Amino acid sequence: MKEITELIRKDFLLELRQRYAINGILLYVFSTIFVVQLCFGRVIDDTTWVALFWIILLFAAFNAVSKSFVQESSSRRLYYFMLTSPVSVVVSKIIYNSLLMLILGVLSLGLYSVFMGFPDFDLKLFLPAFALGSVGIASALTMVSAIASRSGNNAALMAILGFPVVLPLLLILVNASQLALTGQVESARIISMLLSVVLIDVVIVVLAVILFPYLWRD
Amino acid sequence: MIKGMWWKMLGLLLVLYSIIAGLLIDVPALPVIHQTIRNLFYHVSMWFAMFVMLGTSLVYSIRYLSGFKIKDDLIASGAVYTGIFFGTLGLLTGMVWAKFTWGDFWTNDPQLNGAAVSMMAYLAYAILRGSIDETAMRARISAVYNIFAFMLLVIFLGVLPRLADSSLHPGKGGNSSTMEGLDLTMRMVFYPAAIGWILIGFWLLQIHVRKRALIQGVNLKK
Repeated sequence: MKEITELIRKDFLLELRQRYAINGILLYVFSTIFVVQLCFGRVIDDTTWVALFWIILLFAAFNAVSKSFVQESSSRRLYYFMLTSPVSVVVSKIIYNSLLMLILGVLSLGLYSVFMGFPDFDLKLFLPAFALGSVGIASALTMVSAIASRSGNNAALMAILGFPVVLPLLLILVNASQLALTGQVESARIISMLLSVVLIDVVIVVLAVILFPYLWRD
Repeated sequence: MIKGMWWKMLGLLLVLYSIIAGLLIDVPALPVIHQTIRNLFYHVSMWFAMFVMLGTSLVYSIRYLSGFKIKDDLIASGAVYTGIFFGTLGLLTGMVWAKFTWGDFWTNDPQLNGAAVSMMAYLAYAILRGSIDETAMRARISAVYNIFAFMLLVIFLGVLPRLADSSLHPGKGGNSSTMEGLDLTMRMVFYPAAIGWILIGFWLLQIHVRKRALIQGVNLKK
């Protein structure tokens, strides 16, 4: 447990010291949203709003998470290998990336609302789905970035390996957001939607924890 | 690997039987799909064969991760390639059928999307294998991704279709022409067809694995 908090603290410290990375992602999100505003004009219908929002968030997630294992040089990896267990490495990375993703998501949601307006969502469904979905996307991409970092050409591989893995989650999230647009949603539907998101999150995290040790050793 | 020729011959016989009988038997007259229901024998059995191949691949990937024998990796990757082959055939037979039944080669149907994304995941697996040179590392990393890809397949088959309200696929929710018409005569052709194609799949897998083992100098007996 102490290991995990220590590793998360290290990741945050690194992020704060080399601030260009996080600033770069924020600028990237801003540019994308601005491009969307220029291309679509300020008024779009709600379904398009939902689709564009998740696409923007997906690409931001790819940018934010893909560097999580790439930036670890092989000598530093050896150093961690001596010090900690692989499980705490992957759990700390998942928690860290989920937090990063949540912060990034809230910021992009705010920015997107400023530029494109905010549709009349049923917030009881939209906000939990948004939070759980961000966590799930972050953990899936953490694992994919671990896989991609162990093989040669990184950026392209990250994209082709990552898209299929996050797609089921993304489809459910888009469906949930569109359901939230229809006004008051009955609580049974909300629970079944959120349960399926939680289920996928849990499966991804469990698989990551079981499988990561095989990626870690040489 | 199973010894002998009998199961290969059985597979050939069953496939031959399903092709001939599938065209000859009487099918129930259902609205919209009519005679195209015969495609069930040729299209759905492809997916059955694909699932069995990908399931085999999952089993051998797990076996590889618990024993690190390069033979298991050969079988796992060969099963994925055979699965991709059957998946492509399944997509093609489905697309031809869809053109005549729904009027278009591709529709925005949850099942079609699931099939397409699963195929994407396994094609990504093939590219991942190509990008790593060292044999042991390639085997380990692709085994890990393979387990993820199979989870994806399960989610697309088990979770998403239940959430989707409607599907154009016969026998799925929200569709008038259900598969309750799958009567006894059709079952008598469909199940042999599925089993026959699965046996053919294992045959293809065996040939593929033997070829790769010869090229890489791996002893399959060990």
